[in-house]
Amino acid sequence: MKVLLSTTVNGEQVQEAVLPRTSLADFLREDLGLTGTHLGCEMGACGACLVLMDGVPVHACLVLAVQAEGSTIETIEGLNETGAAADLQAHFHDRNALQCGFCTNGMLMSAQALLEANPVPTRDEIRDALSGNYCRCTGYEAIVDAIDTTARDRAARTEAAK
Amino acid sequence: MKLPSFEYLRARSLAEAWALHSDAGGDAVYLSGGHSVVPSMALRLQAPSRLIDISQIAELHGVELQDQTLRIGAMTRHAEVLANPLIARHAPLLSRAAPHVAHPAIRNRGTIGGNLALADPASEFPAAVLAMRAELEVMGPEGQRMIAADDFFLDLYETALIPGEVLTAIHVPLPPEGRLFGFDEIARRRGDYAMVGVAAQADMSDGVVSDASVTLFSVGVAPTRATAAQDALEGAPLSSDSIARAQAALATDLDPPDDPGFPAERRLQLARVLLGRVLTRMEAVQ
Repeated sequence: MKVLLSTTVNGEQVQEAVLPRTSLADFLREDLGLTGTHLGCEMGACGACLVLMDGVPVHACLVLAVQAEGSTIETIEGLNETGAAADLQAHFHDRNALQCGFCTNGMLMSAQALLEANPVPTRDEIRDALSGNYCRCTGYEAIVDAIDTTARDRAARTEAAK
Repeated sequence: MKLPSFEYLRARSLAEAWALHSDAGGDAVYLSGGHSVVPSMALRLQAPSRLIDISQIAELHGVELQDQTLRIGAMTRHAEVLANPLIARHAPLLSRAAPHVAHPAIRNRGTIGGNLALADPASEFPAAVLAMRAELEVMGPEGQRMIAADDFFLDLYETALIPGEVLTAIHVPLPPEGRLFGFDEIARRRGDYAMVGVAAQADMSDGVVSDASVTLFSVGVAPTRATAAQDALEGAPLSSDSIARAQAALATDLDPPDDPGFPAERRLQLARVLLGRVLTRMEAVQ
């Protein structure tokens, strides 16, 4: 039996009836057409499906859509719209920090959340924050570089603004 | 894989949770963070006809200092265990274990109550609550029970919880001044299941160990108290001699599984090495 779900996705109030077995990832992709949230392993190992739930990254494959009742969800499409991660995306591009791109959206979610919590992380801290994100093209070094550069750029801009 | 079909019901009170559980004739599973329940259903390891969401029940929330204990609500998420200052002060083994529990995004949803109720033998928190001699607060239709951690973890994924009961909180006895704590694990990559792990605490009195509590995880079907290693530490100063005796005693305490890819003798050796590291660090800070 379907359950009525009321949640906020990328700033918009959404009301839909969903089957309890529907994951948040399938709800975003199939009901809302937000296909930037990728599904890899569907068991919480690969990190391709990360979205921000109430401001923190979660695996959308391990959250049932019905568990998002009353929550605020932000997907990669939301980040694109606000431009909050535009510099991070540019640095991924500059540093060739993606090959096939399947993992990239999840990587960006982890990186964006990390930099909000810890504006200038060490490379070890970046690696630790990405420990749940798999890149099967094995481009980790470039990904860490891109996040590192973004962090230092943002810190320099904050400093210059003072 | 996609989850099999089930009915989803949200319980607003424990009484409602028990009623929904009993009404399903036992074919129901409680859902807190869902980070073990959901993947286990995706992998078809279980397929209950009903999930009862207990995440909004007030009794399961909050971390508070009580008379003799720190009460940690079962719904406390791993990320909060990692960040909570009361836990860092009064239950430091949990704070030290938390960075090793899965990955950051998992820690944002997984709950300590769900983790303990699952009782994965490679999991960090069960060994930590065992080492801290914590008590588990359990509520069922018949009333409340307090279960010592030593009596809670029975076998592979098997606990003292009876069907319908809900693990509501963990009570950690407040540590005396000067208690030493140690925690570490060996894993190939950060966030992987531990190949072996150690949680330990020790009280010192007049320069000798007066109360040692040593537990290991990922060494068998359940978190394991190393009583022979504890005895080896008891009554002696924490020194390279007593640490070597405790390491040797692990051969008595542990009977690790023998796997072609991971022979029992190698796991025992890793346990000895890790216990040595943990105790040596405890010796250094005293």
